[in-house]
Amino acid sequence: MIPFDFEYYKPSSVREAVLWFQQLQVQRKNPMYFSGGTEIITWARRNSIQPGAVIDLKAIPECGVIGFHQDRLILGSCVSLSVLSSANPFPLLSVTALGVADQTARNQITLGGNICGKIHFRETVLPLLMSDSRVILAGEKGAREVSIHEVFLHQIKLEKGEFIVQILIEREYLSLPFFHVKKRQIGNVGYPLVTMAALKKDERTRTAYSGVCVFPFRSIEIDQALNDATIPLTNRIEQAIGKLPAPVVTNEEGSAAYREYVLKQTMAEAVITLEGR
Amino acid sequence: MPTTEPVYYSLTCYVNGERQTLRVRAANTLLHVLREDLGLTGCKPGCENGDCGACTILVNGLPIKSCLMLAVEAEGLQMTTIEGLRNSPVLSVFARKQAFQCGYCTPGFIVNCHGLLSAHPDANVETIRFWLESNICRCTSYEEIHEAVQAVFCAEERCKAVILRELRRGRYGRNPSYSENHTTDR
Repeated sequence: MIPFDFEYYKPSSVREAVLWFQQLQVQRKNPMYFSGGTEIITWARRNSIQPGAVIDLKAIPECGVIGFHQDRLILGSCVSLSVLSSANPFPLLSVTALGVADQTARNQITLGGNICGKIHFRETVLPLLMSDSRVILAGEKGAREVSIHEVFLHQIKLEKGEFIVQILIEREYLSLPFFHVKKRQIGNVGYPLVTMAALKKDERTRTAYSGVCVFPFRSIEIDQALNDATIPLTNRIEQAIGKLPAPVVTNEEGSAAYREYVLKQTMAEAVITLEGR
Repeated sequence: MPTTEPVYYSLTCYVNGERQTLRVRAANTLLHVLREDLGLTGCKPGCENGDCGACTILVNGLPIKSCLMLAVEAEGLQMTTIEGLRNSPVLSVFARKQAFQCGYCTPGFIVNCHGLLSAHPDANVETIRFWLESNICRCTSYEEIHEAVQAVFCAEERCKAVILRELRRGRYGRNPSYSENHTTDR
């Protein structure tokens, strides 16, 4: 049971959503954009967030799109992870999405919601970081298209009142050789010890990680270390570990030392898999 | 800041083939509206955190966790709870195989399995595993549940053809055409 009240709005256009946000902001109602809603409902039930209004984006046509325009795949931010995996326009993104939560939850969790969540893992951003995807944002100043790297560094960084409308991925990335693994302490559902995704482009491996630090990330320095074919793989991995952007997490899934051990094994699997392709 | 006054919204939706018109708080989850406003207590509050699957219902044919959906989101949607699946072949197989112990999680398992049967009547072992991972049985009755699900998906082709035909006709709780004449205003 959510222990407080809020208002609910369901705009049918991008412009209407932005206007609602502005108006509710003026009224000091602390509005929040709402997509799948699973995380907002969870936090609200715990009284950890107290929005005075939520703006449900699911009726906005642009946010529900899966399609191609010229040489780019267009993914609406409100596409559910199960629909995304089933449509499978980007296999690496599909398998990554299939690792999030469970099948029933994936019928509700959306691509945009997963990326913008507060939870540490936000795994669907990994393929988007490696494919240098672009993001269409809408806000007070209108719509803008930016690189994912401009708005996602450890977490999403949007201007007040902005939301993700669509994500654009160049077609050339969709069929590249890839590697993906999610290693958990136990079972097939749950949070990861290590999630690693990798793509091979122009004979170089790009990697991205979740579960290792308190945020998902892609690191150019780590990729440079792993791609240095002049030294043995174990040395490359040691160098890559030295480039991690934050301390390795210790939590109930595993200690930092154990996680680092698992990460090293996973890096080796990824490099060996992709160097042979 | 949260609003200080409860805000109520009119909601029209279709539950087990019946049109329902309700007034709901925006902050109410679908789970609590189904249980408390409609008296459909078959969907169970378990973790209320999206983990256990005891509250699973079908929304437009797809299983969702009703603890993680606001009731106001259900405007115009078709919903099926365990009460709407009383003739489901899945339910009878679960009963025949005694695929339960305390039974608290059973409605969620049956609803999810029914959704799977409708969406993927020829689901392979991997697909079945993927879907059923969404539900937890604290009594660990998984062996019997596994047997029941296997029995559903391994039904003889002739038997399955009948089940599928009935599913498509809405025999087991998805019958939109029934809805318009059966209105319950609350």
